[in-house]
Amino acid sequence: MNRLSSPQELEALRESIVRNRDTRRRCLTICGGTGCLALGAEELIAAFRSEVESRGLISGVDIRVTGCPGFCERGPLVVIEPENILYQRVRPKDVAEIVSETIVSGKIIDRLLYVDPNTGQKAVHESEVPFYKKQLRLLLADNSRIDPNNVNDYIALGGYSALVKAIFKMSPVEVLEEVRKANLRGRGGGGFATARKWQTTRDAEGEPKYVICNCDEGDPGAFMDRSLMEGNPHSAIEGMLIGAYAIGSNEGFIYVRNEYPLAVLHAETAIRQAEECGLLGDNILGSGFSCRISINRGGGAFVCGESTALMASLEGKVGEPRAKYIHTSEKGLWEKPTNLNNVETWANVPLIINKGADWYRQIGTENSKGTKIFSLVGKVNNTGLVEVPMGMTLREIVTDIGGGVPKGKKLKAVQTGGPSGGCIPESMLDIPVDFDELDKVGSMMGSGGMIVMDETNCMVDIARYFISFLEGESCGKCVPCREGLKRMREILTGITEGRGEEEDIERLERLSETLMDSALCGLGQTAPNPVLTSIRYFRDEYQAHIRDKRCPAGVCKALITYSISDKCPGCGLCIKTCPQGAITLVEKKKPVLLDQEKCIKCGACYDVCRLDSVIVK
Amino acid sequence: MVTLTIDGKVIEAEEGMMVLDVATAHNIYIPALCAHESVSPYGACRLCLVEVKTGSGRERLVTSCLYPVEEGLEVKTNTERVRRNRQTIIDLLLARCPESEVIQDMARQLGVEKTSYPQEDHGSCILCALCVRACEEVVGVSAISLVNRGVEREMAIPFYDDSNACIGCGSCAYICPTGAIKMEDSGDTRTITMPGNVIEFKLAKCSVCGDYFAPEKQLEYMARKASLEPDFFDRCINCRD
Repeated sequence: MNRLSSPQELEALRESIVRNRDTRRRCLTICGGTGCLALGAEELIAAFRSEVESRGLISGVDIRVTGCPGFCERGPLVVIEPENILYQRVRPKDVAEIVSETIVSGKIIDRLLYVDPNTGQKAVHESEVPFYKKQLRLLLADNSRIDPNNVNDYIALGGYSALVKAIFKMSPVEVLEEVRKANLRGRGGGGFATARKWQTTRDAEGEPKYVICNCDEGDPGAFMDRSLMEGNPHSAIEGMLIGAYAIGSNEGFIYVRNEYPLAVLHAETAIRQAEECGLLGDNILGSGFSCRISINRGGGAFVCGESTALMASLEGKVGEPRAKYIHTSEKGLWEKPTNLNNVETWANVPLIINKGADWYRQIGTENSKGTKIFSLVGKVNNTGLVEVPMGMTLREIVTDIGGGVPKGKKLKAVQTGGPSGGCIPESMLDIPVDFDELDKVGSMMGSGGMIVMDETNCMVDIARYFISFLEGESCGKCVPCREGLKRMREILTGITEGRGEEEDIERLERLSETLMDSALCGLGQTAPNPVLTSIRYFRDEYQAHIRDKRCPAGVCKALITYSISDKCPGCGLCIKTCPQGAITLVEKKKPVLLDQEKCIKCGACYDVCRLDSVIVK
Repeated sequence: MVTLTIDGKVIEAEEGMMVLDVATAHNIYIPALCAHESVSPYGACRLCLVEVKTGSGRERLVTSCLYPVEEGLEVKTNTERVRRNRQTIIDLLLARCPESEVIQDMARQLGVEKTSYPQEDHGSCILCALCVRACEEVVGVSAISLVNRGVEREMAIPFYDDSNACIGCGSCAYICPTGAIKMEDSGDTRTITMPGNVIEFKLAKCSVCGDYFAPEKQLEYMARKASLEPDFFDRCINCRD
């Protein structure tokens, strides 16, 4: 790769990449994101490569391994260009057929198409799949157009043109003003105004100044930043460079958790390639502006996603937070002015610079502009990553994009914002999703976790789970978080095990109040959210556990019993499944017998019974 | 200098000072367990919470040990909200260290007679890190630290094993607010008892009076630090000129 020394050379390179690409040429786009890899994409990619080679098609077919397009539920995903045919749940055994039928003969293979479970309709193209239809994928769409290991793919799509515009045509202040005008708010959790943070860092005394990209996402079930860093690392790097220019910084760090090996690898490759092209490092594109970026791998402590703990960890110290009365934008990394944003926030910056704040402001709500990526998981048909304009209702996201709750179960609540977000009841799902509306109902945007719960989820148990997660991730520095979360977990465990007392709700509320008021960092201050919202919206469930010693959702083992219905035809499937030998056949074609003494309430019989003959109460 | 009010009293303070230090200097009492003038503020015990209203009108609860004074700041050290929070916090600490007299006294003073939670036995250590900070910042040897995370957190010497770094100076025992670290000299031996370890040190004998007066390791360390002859400290404080 030749080092580019002017914007003209970058533009010439882009033109030559595009010119040399035959748009009619077939391209097999295979998702190589972590989700699809877990589903066997690696074998699939190898199978495609060898099939294409053995059939002598190499000169006519490209194979592009991309990042995550978001529809993880249906992975491994393969898209065939230029027609944009989407095949889902593709296995290596399907490869030969895809190559001979679709690639060579241009026929569609019916069984690999997505079928809408609600309408039974088949979708040939990505754009016809309901999961994608309602999304506005300003950031995620490029994930399936780019091989993250090839900077040319990013450049071909106009990559680094926002950087050129910023450093050659705009002053740092103009860049900052554009971001301010766009009203970009931090996607990492707090929703703090990005431009205000940049401004404070810019104005703060002290040199050097640093920019940091936070890719330490640790919420259970959330993977927005991971997918962006895996699928399109240059977008975050370009955003960081533009930010560094606006702030007056020449050094940046990407703090990425080591449990994201693919994100680490792709970020490393992207940095190396950008440096080789002259898009990163000294005298970028001959502009005189220099900025280096290096990677720091986090050890996996959840609390290191908190800015001060992250910076302590980056300095090589124990990852513990400190008070933020003096902001990190004034005294951050090594006591120097430091601006930290997460991956998604940085990735929005090139868009704003390229298309302008006026364009950006048209998307979203009054005080929350642009799109937001959510990780839609839990009891929902289409799990995966979804990117929607701010202001879409929770119901639209869960029902229209997510395809509703599986197995005809009733939707109960949606938990937003990660472990310290709140549980929003079904009755409130028509609220528009933006920073302020979620705050109002006691939850938060957080980094974008969205967990759907149905009638078989016990809200007390959910609260216990999240508190127990946060207790384990508390650094232990301050008393309310360390001792308070432990006590909250004990109380919640007691309730789920039938030892709940009338005063427990009040005890939980009192502890919550103290944590919110007095904990040192955001982890402790927001930890009570799942408890407080579940008490607020599902108090009757707490009372059923405490007063009646009953778990209405049938989850809390100590409070439920399994029994066999009269309708049981004695098929014996449960007998084979029961690990305790608690179920026996009495008579052929008659209900089986469940020995309560031996039953450990594991639920295996319930899961295996196809006739709903196992009853939980 | 900035002007602020604490509980209505108008006070002038040097910029950069923390609210807790300014209050203490003006005889206004704010309870605290993890603050000490000799080490940097830390913010672990959270008892020094106060309500503040900034010059620009923002009101919130802050930890006074870490909050720098500013022009026009109004501080209230004993509001209902502050008292309620302190009560919950000391209640939690009392459950952790029910045997500690310091915690019992502080609890009573804050209006908590008995803890609302099941009692545990963590000795008297409240993990305030005063010992750790003193060892690092004052003594400069960092022989002890807080290890593990969350509820597993504890004070320890490296690998829970005999600490070579420790010079036996006893600063940790001196600064410990709850007496969780104890130090005892007997004959030619000093014993430091920490929550998880007991370490013994050989004491040096005064060349004049013959009394044992300080750990040999500490004297060696001091001489080395000050670039003095190794046997420079050969007599006790009473026998020095």
